[in-house]
Amino acid sequence: MAKKLMKGNEAIGEAAIVAGAQAYFCYPITPQTEVAEYLAKRMPEVGGVFVQAESELAASQMIFGAAAAGARVFTTSSSPGISLMSEAMSYIAAAELPAVFINIIRCGPGLGGILPSQGDYLQATKGGGHGDYRFLVLAPSTIQETVDLTIEAFRLADKYRNPVMLIGDGLIGQMMEPVDFEGRTAPPRLDTSGWATTGCAGREPHIVKTLFLDPNVLEQRNRKMRDKYEQMKREEVRFETYLCDDAPELLVAAYGTTARVVRTAVDRLREEGVKVGMFRPISVFPFPDEPLRQQALVPSVKAVLVVEMSMGQMLEDVERALQGRRPLHFFGRGGGNVPAPEELVRECRRLLGNGQGGR
Amino acid sequence: MQREVTFAGFGGQGIMTAGKLLALAGMAEGKEVAWIPSYGPEMRGGTAYCTVVIADRLIGSPIVNDPENVFVFNRPSLEKFGPRVRPGGVLLINSSLIDVRSDRQDIVQVCVPCNDIANALKNGRSINLVGLGAFVARTGMVGLDTQRAVLEREFGKKGKGEALRAASEVFEAGVRAVLEGQGAKTP
Amino acid sequence: MGEPITIFKRPASLRDAFTHYCPGCTHGVIHRLIAETLDELGLRERTIGIAPVGCSVLAYNYFYCDFQEAAHGRAPALATGIKRVLPDRIVFTYQGDGDLASIGTAEIVHAANRGEKFTTIFVNNAIYGMTGGQMAPTTMPNQVTTTCPRGRDVNLAGWPLPVADLLAQLRTPSYVERVAVHTPRHIIQAKRAIRQAFQYQAERRCYSFVEVLSTCPTNWGKTPAEACQWLDEVMVPYFKLGLKKSPDRPPVE
Repeated sequence: MAKKLMKGNEAIGEAAIVAGAQAYFCYPITPQTEVAEYLAKRMPEVGGVFVQAESELAASQMIFGAAAAGARVFTTSSSPGISLMSEAMSYIAAAELPAVFINIIRCGPGLGGILPSQGDYLQATKGGGHGDYRFLVLAPSTIQETVDLTIEAFRLADKYRNPVMLIGDGLIGQMMEPVDFEGRTAPPRLDTSGWATTGCAGREPHIVKTLFLDPNVLEQRNRKMRDKYEQMKREEVRFETYLCDDAPELLVAAYGTTARVVRTAVDRLREEGVKVGMFRPISVFPFPDEPLRQQALVPSVKAVLVVEMSMGQMLEDVERALQGRRPLHFFGRGGGNVPAPEELVRECRRLLGNGQGGR
Repeated sequence: MQREVTFAGFGGQGIMTAGKLLALAGMAEGKEVAWIPSYGPEMRGGTAYCTVVIADRLIGSPIVNDPENVFVFNRPSLEKFGPRVRPGGVLLINSSLIDVRSDRQDIVQVCVPCNDIANALKNGRSINLVGLGAFVARTGMVGLDTQRAVLEREFGKKGKGEALRAASEVFEAGVRAVLEGQGAKTP
Repeated sequence: MGEPITIFKRPASLRDAFTHYCPGCTHGVIHRLIAETLDELGLRERTIGIAPVGCSVLAYNYFYCDFQEAAHGRAPALATGIKRVLPDRIVFTYQGDGDLASIGTAEIVHAANRGEKFTTIFVNNAIYGMTGGQMAPTTMPNQVTTTCPRGRDVNLAGWPLPVADLLAQLRTPSYVERVAVHTPRHIIQAKRAIRQAFQYQAERRCYSFVEVLSTCPTNWGKTPAEACQWLDEVMVPYFKLGLKKSPDRPPVE
């Protein structure tokens, strides 16, 4: 199959179908509504379920119901909608059900705006909903990677019986790039027969619940969930390095669309002979602490710069990973502004003391 | 090697489609491409613009603040994007709707009366294809024949060849406009 | 002497369990009516119930069929999710008045309006039970609760929300009936309505909704007998009993 030029949002819809998603429950919100528009057409074609719910609250609870009934399910939304879905996310994580949530992040807080942002990083990685739970969170930076990670998200959701979230900024949703579905197939489905609520013919009833009033029972569940998150930290860390192998002086950490801008800036600096490398987390929970620390502690690296479309959220994870062992700097844009390569070039020069005016 | 263009105009001028057709031609030539739209409130009656990047390696920043080329289809777009053209780049101006020129001396300005050309062919809605023909002919960002093949593929599906015939007619008129001097350099 | 004849037994759709419900509470009666219906229609093995948040949150400890437990008010959304992916199963939500008529109004109205083919049993006892007797949307005018200690002031809190009557206004075909369980006669009528609701679902006809007026002696501060009398004298005149809407009777244009 030849590559197709697709908008990120449409590519997400097709990727979910390739991944074998059986049901999609949604509520329109910019900048991700094209996913719903795409699936309104596609889901019936593949015998899947499409429901436009009355709110994100309801859409996400439909996901809860359908996931507990054993279906491979997902939804997409954008920041304010994700806040409303956070209720169901907590329940779905608590009930240990597989489901995929995709957040095409817009700028905030509040209604904010509809332009690209990475302002929901903390909400995604530290838990937007209540209680002691985590999502596995992936952050693609191209449309092809969005397709591949969407499919992967369904596999991981099944592997851990835990929700997986994909975060992309508005550009990931709105941009068109060539995508290849060649060789992509649905991950094998988890055996749900031991717990799904499908009617109790021939077996004892299954109960999917999250209320555990006995503290020892609940703590045991908390510990079991913690063990899953620890396993994720061992097995699901993903990252990419760019031009880190030749003793760079400055390491720039960025994810998603921002990492692409950083890449361009790194290329330009390299043309000037300035040695800069990039570290791009792909899994942001689990965060690639150890790989980042290793790159940052290469003796040539004088400092680390974090670039985000926020006022500093992943920064906290980088800070934790570095343990204070390298000077840490931050460059952030907000309000829907995407950092320009030129300003990153200037910032890197400034930090290395060879910008205009010098140090 | 990376080349860029921003198409800018108002909603309904087919700006986004022109960009998509160009990106498809880039793909057909085996290049990396990205099509980046304006979206949101700007889609609703205001200016609409998209940027197309075609490169022979992985495309980094999808945001290009100083595109190599810009094609403006209305006056507000000239004011917004005229100053951003990279020095040495090309600014194409839909002179049917824009009666002024940029005062920049470090870029090449090319006028194409897109609406007049499209209207003369009784296809007033297809000013985007006039512009696309003129743009590809002038900049060579993709091969003209590649672009023609993409039009054939995209419009050939619709109707009984009528859509393709109409699209080709305006596209070729745009090509001729720059090749035969109608799209003369200004002043 | 002949063999002993069993004239009363626990329905197979109920577990052999003691409930946590207060003395005089009518949840137990309503559970039983549902369980008898599942038995009689042979539905137990393909039924998935949804427990709400409220006194009946632990309903899955009493029903002997698959169950899910919802977040507060969201049972109709869960039921929608289940029924859409398993359309040949029987799905019912069991919800109280705080759950359904307050925090979950959007979910119940839209599920009914989409015509989701599941069944809702709505237990209206005019008060929040589990949290200890606060004002519900269905609390009666001047009824005292812990959050309206001088009685419900309809000028500030509005009038009790008549959910069955509201849902009956929807153009989408459905079955809507209001019943009560404070006397044997009413219980027999309630059983007929609940059975009808599940029957319509089994036939894949329509959304079905039965509002059951129920007692809460503990939070009403009454004996069980007084509670039944209060339900009859105060609730029934306001929450009119009877069939509100039927798929067999298309609305008049």
